Amino acid sequence: MKDLLNNFNKAFENRVRLGIMSVLVVNDQVDFNRLKALLNVTDGNLASHLKALEKEKYILMSKEFIGRKPNTKYRVSGSGKKAFEAHINALENLIKGTQ
Amino acid sequence: MENKTQYLEDISQIRSMMERSSRFISLSGLSGVFAGIYALGGAFVAHQIINNEMGTSYQIKFLNLSSGRLEQLVIIALAVLTMALGTGIIFTTRKARKDGLKIWDKTAKLLIINLLIPLITGGLLCLIFLHHGLLGIVAPSTLIFYGLALINASKYTFTDIRYLGFAEIILGLISAYYAGFGLYFWAVGFGILHILYGTLMYFKYER
Repeated sequence: MKDLLNNFNKAFENRVRLGIMSVLVVNDQVDFNRLKALLNVTDGNLASHLKALEKEKYILMSKEFIGRKPNTKYRVSGSGKKAFEAHINALENLIKGTQ
Repeated sequence: MENKTQYLEDISQIRSMMERSSRFISLSGLSGVFAGIYALGGAFVAHQIINNEMGTSYQIKFLNLSSGRLEQLVIIALAVLTMALGTGIIFTTRKARKDGLKIWDKTAKLLIINLLIPLITGGLLCLIFLHHGLLGIVAPSTLIFYGLALINASKYTFTDIRYLGFAEIILGLISAYYAGFGLYFWAVGFGILHILYGTLMYFKYER
């Protein structure tokens, strides 16, 4: 049990972060508002989780302007993809282990 | 052990987010059923018009209908298309609202763009065929290009529509071989197949 838990990534322990990573691994890039609509969370909540994942370098941010409006886009980094896959594998193993 | 349900929920959250963000899953099966019913109705009316014009010879390979009749057929086709799209939008909006999803988002856009690429190509090609008087090849072409459009769009919605796409293509090819019976194949492809597929989808995803 202890070994399995070691593979667990602290950065993904939150549902919102899990959601962000799930969306980003299957889409090229996703903007802030679309993430907000998909995950059904507030601006502040989403921003803080995005920042945390950015700090881990699991996701990359790019800012663009559409007209005068800033548009922030996010995509997953290579290390983010790897870390997320490892986390899912750990989840699966845990479930199998407890059966 | 008490964490097991939590992990299972995590996994289902991951799966649902991946699907929601990359596929348009609000497409309602009922819209398929209604599109099929309209198509059968339209095919019946078109059949009556052609019969009045040509007697009981069912086979029309080349355009020799009077131009007034052709316009009537085009109007019927457009009416069927408008009604099918209208009902489709109503049922799909209703389903999206029920599931708490947005109807118009990036997945809807991707679905429509990928559906339209083969569909517009086929539509233009059919107009060219009509221009050259090749009426017999129009119905098979609409079936084939519609099938290709469905297969192309299947990456952005339920993968099940791939099978409907394959069925339409096969039907279109058979229909092209037996050119001249296009209306019957058309009624099967757009009418009966839509009703069958729509019913299957309704019971699979909406019950």
